[in-house]
Amino acid sequence: MTAPLLQVDDLHVRFPIAGGGLLGGRRTLYAVNGISFDLAKGECLSIVGESGCGKSTTALSILGLQEATEGSIRYRGQPFSGAGGPGRMQRARAVQMVFQDPYASLNPRQTVRTSLSAPLRLHGIKSASEISDRIEAMLADVGLTPEQADRYPHEFSGGQRQRIGIARALILEPEIVVLDEPVSALDVSIRAQIINLLLDLQEKRGLSYLMISHDLSVVEHMSDRVLVMFAGQVVEEGGWRQIFETPAHPYTRRLIAAIPDPDVALRRSERSERSADLPMLDGRAFVADGSVAPDVFVRPAPSELVEFAPGHKVRLAAAH
Amino acid sequence: MRFGFNFMLGATLTALVILAGILAPWIAPFDPVLDADLMNSELPPDATFWFGTDGQGRDVYSRILYGAQISLTVGIVSQVINSIIGVTLGMTAGYWGGWWDDLVNGLTNVMLAIPSLIFALAVMAVLGPGLPSLLIALGLTNWSWTCRIARSSTLSLKSQGYVQAAQTLGYGDLRIMFTQILPNMMGPILVMATLGMGSAVLSEAALSFLGLGIQPPFPSWGSMLTDARQLIQMAPWVAVFPGLAIFLSVLGFNLLGDGLRDSLDPHMRTRNP
Repeated sequence: MTAPLLQVDDLHVRFPIAGGGLLGGRRTLYAVNGISFDLAKGECLSIVGESGCGKSTTALSILGLQEATEGSIRYRGQPFSGAGGPGRMQRARAVQMVFQDPYASLNPRQTVRTSLSAPLRLHGIKSASEISDRIEAMLADVGLTPEQADRYPHEFSGGQRQRIGIARALILEPEIVVLDEPVSALDVSIRAQIINLLLDLQEKRGLSYLMISHDLSVVEHMSDRVLVMFAGQVVEEGGWRQIFETPAHPYTRRLIAAIPDPDVALRRSERSERSADLPMLDGRAFVADGSVAPDVFVRPAPSELVEFAPGHKVRLAAAH
Repeated sequence: MRFGFNFMLGATLTALVILAGILAPWIAPFDPVLDADLMNSELPPDATFWFGTDGQGRDVYSRILYGAQISLTVGIVSQVINSIIGVTLGMTAGYWGGWWDDLVNGLTNVMLAIPSLIFALAVMAVLGPGLPSLLIALGLTNWSWTCRIARSSTLSLKSQGYVQAAQTLGYGDLRIMFTQILPNMMGPILVMATLGMGSAVLSEAALSFLGLGIQPPFPSWGSMLTDARQLIQMAPWVAVFPGLAIFLSVLGFNLLGDGLRDSLDPHMRTRNP
């Protein structure tokens, strides 16, 4: 097996927060507590979990917008975080992001052409004809016409804006694209179009997706593997079939049970039967079943991620 | 662009002030300083002296036309200085945060705690009276609100997806500030600047009224009011017309500011066919 494209190893992110009261000291917010995963070329890995579980912070660390407190990120075996990491230009050609809200993610004062040509120029492409060729090709790839390049964002619908956002993320031809809830702000009727577009582009360009989502029906559609995060830790990790058909951790089961999809609801009984006969590892307890909101100001209790089936891991309290 | 009635009224008033200032040497019937004739002093408005004459027999109409030059210069130059200082400090403070933000905030709070006219008076006292020191004094006085607005706009724009997108695309901090943040906060900044032009005109009038601004005999609307103080009962036109000029130009700047804000809103801008 070839080395993974992106390796995240024991990533921690902590924020110092001013304490309460006038003279309160500083407290530490434990946002991400030891996340490790690999992302292979052409793979879609999803990180799911509720708001505040640290999934966005993890993504921002990979994008270089948030400094990691501890741990390392490597891209093609080279350091991708901290002092030995790449400059912002190199990083931009490796990782890009599609944002959640297509209304806030496009500069209202720039035409589509400006939004797409400025990054190309910044990255050293000077020829006007090459720039306009690349923009036209990119627009065609995301299903827009060249004439639409000279319009402003407010002249587009939400779905079209998200297409523009995707075009902007791909214009520098990155290998990894972080998808931050790529369809959750869109009308249900156009979600499928955008999902299919993302899948087409992934296949066509061999992209690796790191998707952040709490919408499990989208995750089920797109992911090869899934990380379930809770309170800054991965509580369960596995292939999408393992996660959706034999969820082990109670938190994962609760997430899946919450999918408002009749199809899934029909299959749910079948699923819970299968997950019932999971090997319960030495009677060890699951860490945080997700029924209680975590205290983000407390360092999480020691625990470990245990692999109980090939590629399927679940977090259990430390062995005593 | 669509223009509302208020914008048109504001633009008309502002254009009138600009035209009056520029064309003053050609359209003023008398010299504002030299054509003093005590025989003609305190004449009410008539066909020769449209706005009457003042205590020294000078034509009030001509003096108001020349005074427009002062008001415009003061309004525009002081607001350009204010906006540059305010936007530079506010935008960098909001974008970078940290100790720089604390420092700028502290400075802004100090500026806001000092009454602006008193601060301008202090600067004028150091620099001496005259137009250049007036411009510096007013330019250094009123940047704190612009700074606040620039800072808070930057803070809210910084979390917009397109600013984060620019960061991930490899844009540098300055490029992000100038291409992503500044254009999107020009609306409030322009509104602040045009409203500030109104208050700068008022401050100039106040400083000149107190004898620190434009020195007699050269006319400014504020110094004209000073001269009119003793005559207000015998010759009210000497005070009324400069007062009206101040009122209408400040109103014009304010309406222009509001109108600009509306027409700069990108949601009202349509694509060229």
